Amino acid sequence: MATEATGGGLEFHPMDQFVVKPLFGGTDVHWWTPTNVTLWLALTALASIALLVLGTRGRAVVPNRAQSVAEMAYGLVHKMIEDIAGKDGLQYFPYVLTLFMFICFGNMLGLVPTAFTVTSHIAVTGVLAMAVFIGVTVIGFVKNGSHFLELFWIKSAPLAVRPILAVIEVISYFVRPLSLSIRLAGNMIAGHAVIKVFAGFAAIAAVAPVAILAVVGMYAFEVLVAFVQAYVFTILTCVYLKDALHPSH
Amino acid sequence: MFSLLQEAATHAVEHSEGEIVGHDAAHGTDAAAYGADAAGHAEAAGLPQLDLTTFGNQIFWLVVTLVVLYLVLSRVALPRIAAVLSDRQGAITGDLMAAEEFKQKARAAEAAYDKALADARTEAQSIVAQNRAEIQAELDAAIAKADAEIAARTAEAEGRLREIRASSDVSAREVAREVTAQLVASFGGNADAASVDAAVDARMKGAVQ
Repeated sequence: MATEATGGGLEFHPMDQFVVKPLFGGTDVHWWTPTNVTLWLALTALASIALLVLGTRGRAVVPNRAQSVAEMAYGLVHKMIEDIAGKDGLQYFPYVLTLFMFICFGNMLGLVPTAFTVTSHIAVTGVLAMAVFIGVTVIGFVKNGSHFLELFWIKSAPLAVRPILAVIEVISYFVRPLSLSIRLAGNMIAGHAVIKVFAGFAAIAAVAPVAILAVVGMYAFEVLVAFVQAYVFTILTCVYLKDALHPSH
Repeated sequence: MFSLLQEAATHAVEHSEGEIVGHDAAHGTDAAAYGADAAGHAEAAGLPQLDLTTFGNQIFWLVVTLVVLYLVLSRVALPRIAAVLSDRQGAITGDLMAAEEFKQKARAAEAAYDKALADARTEAQSIVAQNRAEIQAELDAAIAKADAEIAARTAEAEGRLREIRASSDVSAREVAREVTAQLVASFGGNADAASVDAAVDARMKGAVQ
């Protein structure tokens, strides 16, 4: 980008990759404008659909490679919900799988060179986290009524400590969407920015080999992070779902 | 929720709104390329992530994407994968049950074979015993018959022997009598028949019988 435009020299603009731009020229970003965000969101959805729908179109009893991966993703999330939130958590399985697939593919596609990483934006991860937070809170009150508040009133603790614990529990409850969204976006921003910075150093011949090796190493690490962050987001969603379904535990 | 972020972003928006008209002119040529790239963005905040003007756009397209993805996954992909998985589970269970059935059948066949073998062996033994008994009976009968025949022949032979002996006794007595009578006669004696008989009988008492 700008590094190439100025030609030579050390110029780092590691954050340029995160800039939201209209796809078809112009500078104004209205709410409806198709932007690079739109493009990569669409690619993320298409990749998820390609794996889970096209990959399983054979419906084979003995699966091929694509179907195996699709079944693995299905099994991973299905087992996660069942283990953590219990059988009654399985009714929310489609949404949790949607979340997992979206974040996993968003992270992975962001690692394609020159790609835009949708999950590096706090607006995106914030909406995902708020959807989980509001959804879980609504489920909690619908399923348990006022008993949902027992989540904050820890019966196993001595009575004197309970009010203090309740305050801490309430704070931690409301911090959940913040930590969810910032953890994901922060990981993505940091990893991509570090790769860009190392890539910038590659312009100097003396350190170029080290810089390129570092980029390769970071890239491998980021692939791991991309999956782990999707996994963490999903598993925390399951934990919150468990709290909503069984608040007294 | 992000009071901190919002504060920073609001500040950034105010800043960029104030400067946006004279944006290009205000900056030097050095920053022109970057400025054009990032036009309308919060340079003060530094992070494009905190540019609130793009939030509406991102959230709108994100919601569209999530709704589409959710609908496709929940309507098409998940029922299909669930069906495939349960089919596979069914096939595996069915195969296991069939295998168990075959195993039972094999076990039953083996038991039937063993039973048939044991039956055949018992039957063979009974046949052997029966045959042995029959043969023994025949043998016994044959031996008894042979014994009887032997006894009869022995008796017959003994009878004949006795007869022969008796006849030889009588003829020897007669020969002796004639020889004695002729000897007495040739010596010039005149022996009557009665005294010759008595002498021969007395002489032959010890020799015959």
